[in-house]
Amino acid sequence: MSHTTAVATPEIAPVAIPVRQLAPWALFSALLAVVTLYFVGSEQGATTLLSGTGVHEWVHDGRHLLGFPCH
Amino acid sequence: MNPRSFLIHGLIAGLLGGLVAFVVALGVGEPAINDAIAEEESSAAAAHAAEHAEEGTSTEGHSHGDEEGGISRGQQAGPGLATATVLFGVVLGGVAGIGAAFAAGRFGRLSPVATTGLVVGLGFLSAVLVPWLKYPPNPPAVGSGDTIGERTALYFGFLAISVLAVIGALIIARRVLEDRSAWTASVTGGAFYLGLVGLATVLMAPIDEVPDSFPANTLVDFRVGSLLTQSALWLTIGVVLTGLVHRAWTARAAEAVRLEKAQAL
Ligand SMILES: [Zn+2]
Repeated sequence: MSHTTAVATPEIAPVAIPVRQLAPWALFSALLAVVTLYFVGSEQGATTLLSGTGVHEWVHDGRHLLGFPCH
Repeated sequence: MNPRSFLIHGLIAGLLGGLVAFVVALGVGEPAINDAIAEEESSAAAAHAAEHAEEGTSTEGHSHGDEEGGISRGQQAGPGLATATVLFGVVLGGVAGIGAAFAAGRFGRLSPVATTGLVVGLGFLSAVLVPWLKYPPNPPAVGSGDTIGERTALYFGFLAISVLAVIGALIIARRVLEDRSAWTASVTGGAFYLGLVGLATVLMAPIDEVPDSFPANTLVDFRVGSLLTQSALWLTIGVVLTGLVHRAWTARAAEAVRLEKAQAL
């Protein structure tokens, strides 16, 4: 087994993480993303879950500058 | 390098991205928003006066100048803006981290660092740049309240099509890569994305609500400010996330070398 191992960062083949192992993490972050996207991007605009306009007004400038339609 | 470490790296990158985006938004976005609100107030005052002169009726509309729900302009531009960018940044970073975990090891011999860069780059293209071109964001005082439902549906619909099309393009490119060159795979994936998004661009209704009287400079400043804010967010996520993945990847490679040496003895 004569191998030249004097390289600083050797080439090792990247291994894919199995989808079954990734799925719960993906589901969790997708759920979190949808909720956040909704509250930052749309709550109390086109649709409303909470009464009043507090959420809309608080994230208002961020909603505009992150590219969402505001009002 | 497991899903958990990718997610944590993504969340860290997203937190930093959100903070950088806040600073950029404060510097290049807020001035245009303030100009737009000043414009809205002066034209609203003029319209109000004209209405009173005609009939004596008054209309209640959405205005930004005065405090609404006890939230002032200073709060909107400071802590409110920070809440939005940081919250959005952290979650986006987490999604980017998981996306990078999916891509790692799935594109030929590309290293996890390269595939992470690919995911963030294509994410920016499909979730920011292309939607910005089709439905550019508007400052306050532009757009009628009656069409907010329709505009929201169009924007999120187009965003979803663009992001799903890029994921589809990556899956197709991976298939092609199995027995063709990386060039063929990239061009096939690119053609799929451009074809689908091009079709959506042509078929989906335009939004054209900027009043003719609205100052063009304020509109351009706002749209560029919005693009810069989002670019700052994605660029920071890309730099930090690839950096963290690089660190984990070289540590793992060094570990592999140690094991190989131990076996050779
Ligand atoms: Zn607004």
